[in-house]
Amino acid sequence: MSTTAQPRLTDVGPPSYDKFLPPVVKKNYGKWKYHENLAPGVLCHVAESGDRLYTVRAASPRLASIQTLRLFAALADKYSGGHLRFTSRNNVEFLLTDKTKIEPLKKELAEAGFPVGGTNNAISNIVHTQGWVHCHSAATDASGIVKCVMDALCDRFTHENLPAKLRIALACCLNMCGAVHCSDISILGIHRVPPKIKHDILPKVCEVPTLISSCPTGAIRPKTVDGKNSVEVIEEQCMYCGNCYTVCPAMPLADAENDGLSIWVGGKVSNARSTPKFSKLAIPFLPNNPPRWPEVVNAVTNIVDVYAKNAHKHERVGEWIERIGWPRFFQLTGIEFTRYHLDDFKHAGLTYARSAQIRF
Amino acid sequence: MADGNGKPKTELLDQLEKGPWPSFVKEIKLACETSDAPKDLLGQLELSYKEKVGHWKHGGLVGVLGYGGGVIGRYSDLAEKFPKIAHFHTMRINQPAGWFYTSEALRTICDIWEKHGSGLTNMHGSTGDIVLLGTTTDQLEPTFQELARAGFDLGGSGSCMRTPSACVGQARCEWACYDTMKLCYDVTMNYQDELHRPAFPYKFKVKCAGCPNDCVASIARADMSVIGTWKDDIQIDDGEVTKYAAAGLDIQKEVCGLCPSKCMDWNGKKLTIANHECVRCMHCINVMTKALRPGKEKGAVILLGSKAPIMQGALLSSVLVPFVPAEELFDTLKELIGRIWEFWDEYGNNRERVGELIQRVGLPAFLDGIGLDPAPEMVTAPRDNPYIFFQAEKGGNQ
Repeated sequence: MSTTAQPRLTDVGPPSYDKFLPPVVKKNYGKWKYHENLAPGVLCHVAESGDRLYTVRAASPRLASIQTLRLFAALADKYSGGHLRFTSRNNVEFLLTDKTKIEPLKKELAEAGFPVGGTNNAISNIVHTQGWVHCHSAATDASGIVKCVMDALCDRFTHENLPAKLRIALACCLNMCGAVHCSDISILGIHRVPPKIKHDILPKVCEVPTLISSCPTGAIRPKTVDGKNSVEVIEEQCMYCGNCYTVCPAMPLADAENDGLSIWVGGKVSNARSTPKFSKLAIPFLPNNPPRWPEVVNAVTNIVDVYAKNAHKHERVGEWIERIGWPRFFQLTGIEFTRYHLDDFKHAGLTYARSAQIRF
Repeated sequence: MADGNGKPKTELLDQLEKGPWPSFVKEIKLACETSDAPKDLLGQLELSYKEKVGHWKHGGLVGVLGYGGGVIGRYSDLAEKFPKIAHFHTMRINQPAGWFYTSEALRTICDIWEKHGSGLTNMHGSTGDIVLLGTTTDQLEPTFQELARAGFDLGGSGSCMRTPSACVGQARCEWACYDTMKLCYDVTMNYQDELHRPAFPYKFKVKCAGCPNDCVASIARADMSVIGTWKDDIQIDDGEVTKYAAAGLDIQKEVCGLCPSKCMDWNGKKLTIANHECVRCMHCINVMTKALRPGKEKGAVILLGSKAPIMQGALLSSVLVPFVPAEELFDTLKELIGRIWEFWDEYGNNRERVGELIQRVGLPAFLDGIGLDPAPEMVTAPRDNPYIFFQAEKGGNQ
């Protein structure tokens, strides 16, 4: 197809969603009454009209080939009138009106290697970033760790046997494109050495004032090197966030031996019961150990198992820890508490224990 | 290094084809059926797994004519070894609100991407866009035009209005307190210029969540978080409450006991709610989906300022307007966004998000700037320090 003869199109915007809605959704839009969980990964929404919409949710690898998307399209044609959607956590959902098609669809999804689940008190898909597959600032791979962690936790995806929902997220550097900062468990790629400044190219590829102002701790200072404008890094002030590298390619900080992962716990975005909260540091550093990252997998599954065993019904990870206290969390999980767990950035005092209330 | 099909040897990556979870390595290998680029991607990624470092260079400025965003430039630093991914740019495509598709629409995207790109995608990226992963500079414009003719457009990148996103809302959820997908679509269409042509100090994200469960994580991930809520009483179906109790639900313990404002009472027969004390958290409604529903006077709370840590620390959005009726949301949002952008444009530093600007200048000055009155809903408590900057009053008492 040649497009040269046609006028060039811009600013058309996305297609309107109503082009893609199944008839049962159009008919009952805004008139849903309640929903039930028929099985892990299977929801039934009932409308005021009495109509029923069955949703079958399956895991996707997020990094999906067009071959797999065509498979999803073919399954949608066969089972759900050609209608499907994706969730905010990268699951694929088929929207059915015929209840008898649920089991055959589940069977085909299972045979094709896409587990059905992720609803209610299950672990849903891990929200994650690009990693070594496609990012310049990654301290680790994202898809690889997600694959390994979810291989180990797949039964928690296909069964709803946790005290509450559990959300895991992974970001491969502090930029947090995966917004891991409010997840029950976050896996965060970290650098641990300051950038290695490429003085030879810096004046050509970077604006020095922008570079200096990019540092959250003011660790970057102007410096003349070999007669040219460049910068120096006050290494004690650098916490390896990589923001300088984002604005200046002459500040790379990837380092095979020192890059790795940190684990954070207890965040949530929902307002249910307790207010939304940030994830807090559990493990400051674990090594990058591809291709299966056993240290990370063990750390995450340990936290999940201890939580599953100890939390009350409806308690998210953060709510459970608030009830039992952080000392008990570290004791139960066997995670070492270190000086790195003590905040020393802005407003640090807000996390210091400002009472005599101590559990023994 | 390569086998007969030109696929590289990938001893480390092959270990990620095992196990019950869907494998991205399988996906990259599948994509080799229709493009050569994924073969080089496998080769480079295998090397990253061996060396424990990435091999992508910093993005350059690439895009389509007339747009300042929507394409993320990506180049391999091993271009000689992996020439098929020497350029491997990402195209962000604005998703349909709520991520609904027909099989036909999905196939259309696949066909275009088979013709012009690597055949690899993310469904979807963190902000919500369809992410088409990997193509060369010369293919950007043809891909863009074919997508445009199919009714799709690029999403945002850089210092612009980013692609808004929404939860499934009223399309499938009984809790949605406003039409999230419509609001998302209306906002997206209204700000096409700001979305495609970055002119802000930094990025600006809008996310529409239908209820306080916040399935799109708007309170953590959007500069402007629009979260559905209601003003009047929770709707109770007493008959269904009784059925839950009969079915063994411990209403006292699991519902009343976990209510954050302790506004519920269960006497063994009847559930009563002191609605003026209810904080609209959703817990009781989540537990008893058939018996309890949000009230009828619906709308949203508008919160402002969330972001990830870079650079002054992570922020959650905080309350700007405690309640806007559903039917007034779009107009109110447009008015607010206009005032906020004007203030941000004037006072924001380069690469300073709105939330950080508020932290720097203080909420009182920000409210003065956008012409909103302070309200007690905006804070968890009044200030606890006495360092008050009094303003000279018009009568001249100072």
